Amino acid sequence: MNRDKLSSEDFSLEALRAGDKNEFARLVEAYSGVIYRLAIKMLENSQDAEDVLQETFIKAYRNLLRFDGRSSLSTWLYRIATNEALMLIRRRKHQTISIDEPLETDEQDQMPLQFTDWCCLPEEELMSTEAREYMDQAIDDLPYSLRVVFLLRDIEGLSTHETADVLELSEAAVKTRLSRARLRLREMLSEYYRDRLLSQDSVQGEKPQ
Amino acid sequence: MNRESCQHLLDSLSDYIDGDLGDTLCVELERHLDSCENCRIVVDTLRKTVYLYQVTAQPPTVPDDVRQRLLHRLDLSDFLEKK
Repeated sequence: MNRDKLSSEDFSLEALRAGDKNEFARLVEAYSGVIYRLAIKMLENSQDAEDVLQETFIKAYRNLLRFDGRSSLSTWLYRIATNEALMLIRRRKHQTISIDEPLETDEQDQMPLQFTDWCCLPEEELMSTEAREYMDQAIDDLPYSLRVVFLLRDIEGLSTHETADVLELSEAAVKTRLSRARLRLREMLSEYYRDRLLSQDSVQGEKPQ
Repeated sequence: MNRESCQHLLDSLSDYIDGDLGDTLCVELERHLDSCENCRIVVDTLRKTVYLYQVTAQPPTVPDDVRQRLLHRLDLSDFLEKK
């Protein structure tokens, strides 16, 4: 969450298109934080994230004249950033990844297997440094097509409609991907917290009566 | 959880925790949750999973050195002092 409260309407498209540096600097300051955070989570690497951040605003500056205003400026910036990140991942892994890659058809794949109720764990345990590292790793383990949807919807706080616009997917596809991403993350977190619950129980069991 | 009804409702859980599920399915799901302990746990931990990611998300800030290099690259170094 923590979305910047400035919206696209707070910027003068006319000034941006005319090359007004003040207005462009304002745009950079307003959105560089969210773009950088998204890039870090997508790429797991701060150098790559910085490259994406720079390329996003360079491309935005060069293409402002072609920006048709059909989507909001923020959606447009997110779209440039996710495309840049995708290109970097392709180059890095020498493989083809596409946001519209088909999802696994195996329905069993998303069936929950973990049924431990770990909601009762204290917040300091749920948000410990180790737990946060595990949470980060769980995001990294998601396939790209699910990860990017989860990040845009649940971390950046975009609506289904905005996410669909950024990724040029249907809203139904965004919902399906979000559902799968969340269920997979829940599964991975459940494995981790189940062990925490078990170790908590065993420690309590060792206490003298 | 392998029951047909659980599987049928699995795709609705994400919409449900967003409060985005149509009335009919919502009633059906809540009736099911009353009698299915495993599905109730999945809903509760799914909601908690999303909550944990949201509350632990890094603030959207750019480290100073990254910001400096960005503004320099964009030929906006004049704006470095302002923040």
